[in-house]
Amino acid sequence: MLNVSRLHVSYGESEVLHGLDFKVAPNEIIAIMGRNGMGKTTLMKSLMGIVPTKSGTVSVGATDITRFKSYERVKNGVAYVPQGRMIFSTMTVQENIETGLIPRGESKVPPDIYELFPVLLEMKGRRGGNLSGGQQQQLAIARALATAPKVLLLDEPTEGIQPSIIREMARTLKRIRDERGLSIVVSEQVLSFALEIADRVLVIENGEIVHEDNRADIDEAKVARFLSV
Amino acid sequence: MFADYSLAELGSIFVMQGFAGLILFSVFVLMALGLAIIFGQMGVINMAHGEFMILGAYVTYFTSQFFLNYLPGLFGAYFFLAMILAFFAAGALGMAVEWLMIRRLYKRPLDTLLATWGLSLILQQLYRSVFGPREVGVELPSWMMGSISVTDTIEVQINGLFVMGLTIVITVAVALLMYKSAWGKQVRAVVQNRVMAGAVGIDTEKVDRYTFGLGCGIAGVAGSAFTMIGSTGPTSGQLYIVDTFLVVVFGGAQSLLGTIASAFTISQAQSTMEFFLSGSMAKVLTLLGVVIILMLRPQGLFVIKVRR
Ligand SMILES: Nc1ncnc2c1ncn2[C@@H]1O[C@H](COP(=O)(O)OP(=O)(O)O)[C@@H](O)[C@H]1O
Ligand SMILES: [Mg+2]
Repeated sequence: MLNVSRLHVSYGESEVLHGLDFKVAPNEIIAIMGRNGMGKTTLMKSLMGIVPTKSGTVSVGATDITRFKSYERVKNGVAYVPQGRMIFSTMTVQENIETGLIPRGESKVPPDIYELFPVLLEMKGRRGGNLSGGQQQQLAIARALATAPKVLLLDEPTEGIQPSIIREMARTLKRIRDERGLSIVVSEQVLSFALEIADRVLVIENGEIVHEDNRADIDEAKVARFLSV
Repeated sequence: MFADYSLAELGSIFVMQGFAGLILFSVFVLMALGLAIIFGQMGVINMAHGEFMILGAYVTYFTSQFFLNYLPGLFGAYFFLAMILAFFAAGALGMAVEWLMIRRLYKRPLDTLLATWGLSLILQQLYRSVFGPREVGVELPSWMMGSISVTDTIEVQINGLFVMGLTIVITVAVALLMYKSAWGKQVRAVVQNRVMAGAVGIDTEKVDRYTFGLGCGIAGVAGSAFTMIGSTGPTSGQLYIVDTFLVVVFGGAQSLLGTIASAFTISQAQSTMEFFLSGSMAKVLTLLGVVIILMLRPQGLFVIKVRR
């Protein structure tokens, strides 16, 4: 579904991603693991068209989206849950979700989104900025799902969130994948979370993929070594 | 300065000057609304906003002339058509300017300031060349002239009431557009976080262009209202732009309610004091008042409270 090949990304003169190659199948969850500063956020932003691609190609299905703007990528099925969540804080919970619907010409929040996140239904009239961190994370995922994506990108979704909520989020993400057949790319530093949800784990270091494992035969100790400082 | 008047007279003067200030208030509100929408949306301070207003005023003048010459029977209704034309003329010019100039300068706020200032000079010269340097004034239809006597000493001008009503309608319409419509949600999302708005599928450049057009269109309508209190010349817009900035800053740049309250306070203060003092003295006092209040409340009168 998502096809990334020889992706190079730079900020001005300094190249941060040095030719990444990977594919994500429909119904597959991959985790991109790496320490701070290794290029996870840069990868997500470039996939979303926020940071320009220097060279290489990104495609969704048969469509080459490498030169697309963010909103055109969304139209082609890419959705994004950024690091730090970035919800629209002065807008209500419901309005936040609706921002993802409007570009598709929809206006009513589909009931299955509130089914996934019942707490958002309870709080739909509250300003997004007044939600707890975990609730904001759910809202950011709900907003992304409102765009009816084929590929869901999540950048460090567990950052700053309580363990009990992290477990719930793992369940929810798997449920989303099972119900909708999405491809999910999640960047992580927390190995236990990645092992719980991912079908495949890639390790990124200094802008290159240095290790890859299917979950079934993962070398936990080796991945953990990459993550320790 | 109050000593020469009896208490009842003073009361009447305040009320009447208050109503006389209504058109000024309306022009302020409409101008500030447009300016605040554009500033809130893209952080662009539109120095040419006054010229968009004047375009609306010219459109109103020419519409009135057209009716006078070709449709004298319908002269009473020209203002309604003029307003609509003024909105679309100023809005279209705004969208063209956004496309040609502003969108290339979004990441350079100082340059937009200079560029829109340059634009205001260009437009002034253009008006001078096309419409002539002479100031023009519209003739009001008879139903808008005259006044209603409320009491023996208090009279209210009909055109003031009319423009006031118009302003309320437009303000409510803008509020509904921003807070109830799907379009408004997109605008607010872009205002909050442009990058993220793009990442949920909003075409932020299109939103920018239409929002700029909307802000300029409202300035055009302000120009229609303006024809009732002043005569229209190439540079008439200049006089209003500073006052309008004052209104926006005083009100707190992102609050509709603040804009209205601040336009009301400033226009009323000015209008009331103008009766007792000279116009420039009234302006000095108004300015002083605003400066003092802004020193106490630098964020403006109203702000939305939320964790960011
Ligand atoms: N806006 C930027 N401009 C220049 N360099 C940046 C920018 N953002 C990130 N970087 C650099 O790119 C590298 C990767 O950062 P990032 O993608 O944020 O890593 P991660 O998300 O894995 O922590 C780091 O060396 C960082 O300093
Ligand atoms: Mg990061």
